[in-house]
Amino acid sequence: MTDPHDSARLQGEAGRNLPPLRLHVPEPPARPGESADFTHFDIPAADAAPRPDETAQPATMRDMAYGLVRVLDENGAAVGQWNPNLPPETLLRMLRAMALTRAFDGRMFRAQRQGKTSFYMKSTGEEAVSIGAALALHRDDMCFPSYRQQGILIARDWPIIDMMNQIYSNKGDRLKGRQLPIMYSAREAGFFSISGNLTTQYPQAVGWAMASAARGDTRIAATWCGEGSTAEGDFHSACTFASVYRAPVIMNVVNNQWAISSFSGFAGAEATTFAARAVGYGIAGLRVDGNDVLAVYAATRWAADRARANAGPTLIEHFTYRVEGHSTSDDPTAYRSAEESSLWPLGDPIARLKQHCIGLGIWDEDRHAAMDKELAEMVRDAAREAEKNGILGHGLHHPMESMFEDVFEEMPWHLKEQQQQMLDEWKAAGL
Amino acid sequence: MTDTTQMNMIQAINSAMDVMMERDPTVVVMGEDVGFFGGVFRATAGLQQKYGKNRVFDTPITECGIIGVAVGMGAYGLRPVPEIQFADYIYPALDQLVSEAARLRYRSAGEFIAPMTVRSPFGGGIFGGQTHSQSPEGIFTHCSGIKTVIPSTPYDAKGLLIAAIEDNDPTIFFEPKRIYNGPFDGEYDTPATSWAGHADAQVPTGYYRIPLGKARIARAGGALTILCYGTMVHVVEHTVAMLGLDAEIVDLRSLVPLDIETIEASVKKTGRCLIVHEATRTSGFGAELLAQVQERCFHHLEAPIERVTGFDTPYPHSLEWAYFPGPVRIREAINKIMKD
Ligand SMILES: Cc1ncc(C[n+]2csc(CCOP(=O)(O)OP(=O)(O)O)c2C)c(N)n1
Ligand SMILES: [Mg+2]
Repeated sequence: MTDPHDSARLQGEAGRNLPPLRLHVPEPPARPGESADFTHFDIPAADAAPRPDETAQPATMRDMAYGLVRVLDENGAAVGQWNPNLPPETLLRMLRAMALTRAFDGRMFRAQRQGKTSFYMKSTGEEAVSIGAALALHRDDMCFPSYRQQGILIARDWPIIDMMNQIYSNKGDRLKGRQLPIMYSAREAGFFSISGNLTTQYPQAVGWAMASAARGDTRIAATWCGEGSTAEGDFHSACTFASVYRAPVIMNVVNNQWAISSFSGFAGAEATTFAARAVGYGIAGLRVDGNDVLAVYAATRWAADRARANAGPTLIEHFTYRVEGHSTSDDPTAYRSAEESSLWPLGDPIARLKQHCIGLGIWDEDRHAAMDKELAEMVRDAAREAEKNGILGHGLHHPMESMFEDVFEEMPWHLKEQQQQMLDEWKAAGL
Repeated sequence: MTDTTQMNMIQAINSAMDVMMERDPTVVVMGEDVGFFGGVFRATAGLQQKYGKNRVFDTPITECGIIGVAVGMGAYGLRPVPEIQFADYIYPALDQLVSEAARLRYRSAGEFIAPMTVRSPFGGGIFGGQTHSQSPEGIFTHCSGIKTVIPSTPYDAKGLLIAAIEDNDPTIFFEPKRIYNGPFDGEYDTPATSWAGHADAQVPTGYYRIPLGKARIARAGGALTILCYGTMVHVVEHTVAMLGLDAEIVDLRSLVPLDIETIEASVKKTGRCLIVHEATRTSGFGAELLAQVQERCFHHLEAPIERVTGFDTPYPHSLEWAYFPGPVRIREAINKIMKD
């Protein structure tokens, strides 16, 4: 036992003659009016990353969490061990899906500005993250996305008019106008209902994957969240379950550098990478150039094959950049340097794949321009068609009484009573 | 005579934090996007620039972390004012609020306290869908040890927030976001109004407090008592004015502690009582109010007590105007009470 007098004396001294403590509060490299500088980013050569076996023990591949899986080099050539060697038709399908996502985002953003709906969120610059993954998964694998993976639906050929009906919250909306725009749900497309509450989908994806494993199924699950959202407890609960049960799940962290106005440092990026979260949980971690659709595809295929081989979960960090504002509700020039997006060192995912396809001789500028024009028209026509079903606040909505449906499987007496009361009141008011 | 100036509710809330940070170096402001950006609703604008990053800082996106850290800072001796970006996102923090902040004083017999004020925008009216519209005040009034305060004007917002920050108990301060920029009468097809020219938007620039647990008579009258708070105060005022009814409108301001004397005196005077809130009906705060009035005023009542509340469904996006307990529903309830 220590002498209490002695320890008291030691404690007393410990507080003396020491420098005062300091609180560290992260600060992003550049604020509005300042020039952006990404030279501190360590971007390895496109062919630098080794490709471990899909069944590698997580402990043998920890370096992958600190490197960067890349395929497309500065000249648009596909290089290195991760090159998925995709056939031309798959490459062009990727290109088209990314371009359609961008055209769709542009149109719907404008629709919100024109007062046709309440809210919208673009995925500009991040299209590769959704589309590369969607094409690497099987169509019946289950996706648990966040709000910025509209590209998955587009890559899975979900009708864009259906997405627009949801955005307009109109009578054609399969979700009955109940959800905020872009909070899709499309079971047939293996696309789980999006929640407004961040990261709740993470443990849910793990649970789906555990169920699939427990039932001897062959389908796997994938989930996405932003880097900011990795701070939520649900992220860490999901990692623990995924690790304990070796769940057949792919957990994607879309590190687009920003969470509304907070830079990635507020989620821990000053200290380590997001892929490195995997290291502590003993699961495989990959850090990927998220603006390189071939790298995203290759990493997702690797993780999917690993899951299908019962070798466990993978955490993939997609290193990318949020080119636009967080949503229609914020102006990014109020909190970050306007230069950032143009100086982003990993380029634009569409431009990079386009350059690659041109280099292969399967694509050219004219065809690209024609495609952009065709997609713009397609989106415009779909929007006009969707608007016939109504836009938000202009009367063409689901019937008022539908508000009470689907709260429960069977409507209990109190909801029936409230439903009737609502109808009576509006009738009494002559409306 | 202190200086006053016109403020909307956001400015009044900002001013309350500014005044308190100036007066008390232990006050700290924290939350998602509250620092450099000044909050998604601009409520903390300029505070980091003025008081520095040690006292006003962005946090990681983890509500349970924000409140847990605020409990620890409170234990140290600071007076944290955490912001939860939307009341709909307070649920991940429930354990830290309900099991920790609310019980710390009790379980340590006063050794440790949690003198935090949790600010959070709540309520609907902005087409925010089900995760930007909820009114979860009943969850907090139900658990012992937390105070719950809801202002309805810029003047009250500042005075109540200062009192909440000075209070040594944990307080949930729900800000009716629909009326941040101007009062809302519940009519969806009339243009939005601002606080300009509104008497309760003349706000002292300096320090003042409105004690927690004191209701405000928003309109004195003899025909009927209407108990309400937040946005609904304005909807009720508008409806009563339309009907030309001599109602007494009681703006509760604070649900816990509740100003039961004012409620009791008013209902005993009028003999009729309507309760209005936006939150869902079942186990909502209206149920507690109804029980209190029935227990204390039964022999004075001339008609059954009525409640107008949000329906027991999630907040729908496109049908928000039908969900929102607006003038149509309030008028029907008033007619029913006045018939007897
Ligand atoms: C539980 C919860 N807390 C806070 C919010 C508000 N919110 C919505 S998006 C967002 C930022 C998320 O950033 P990130 O995870 O990086 O995703 P990104 O938007 O960049 O794709 C915040 C704070 C929320 N929706 N849910
Ligand atoms: Mg982000």
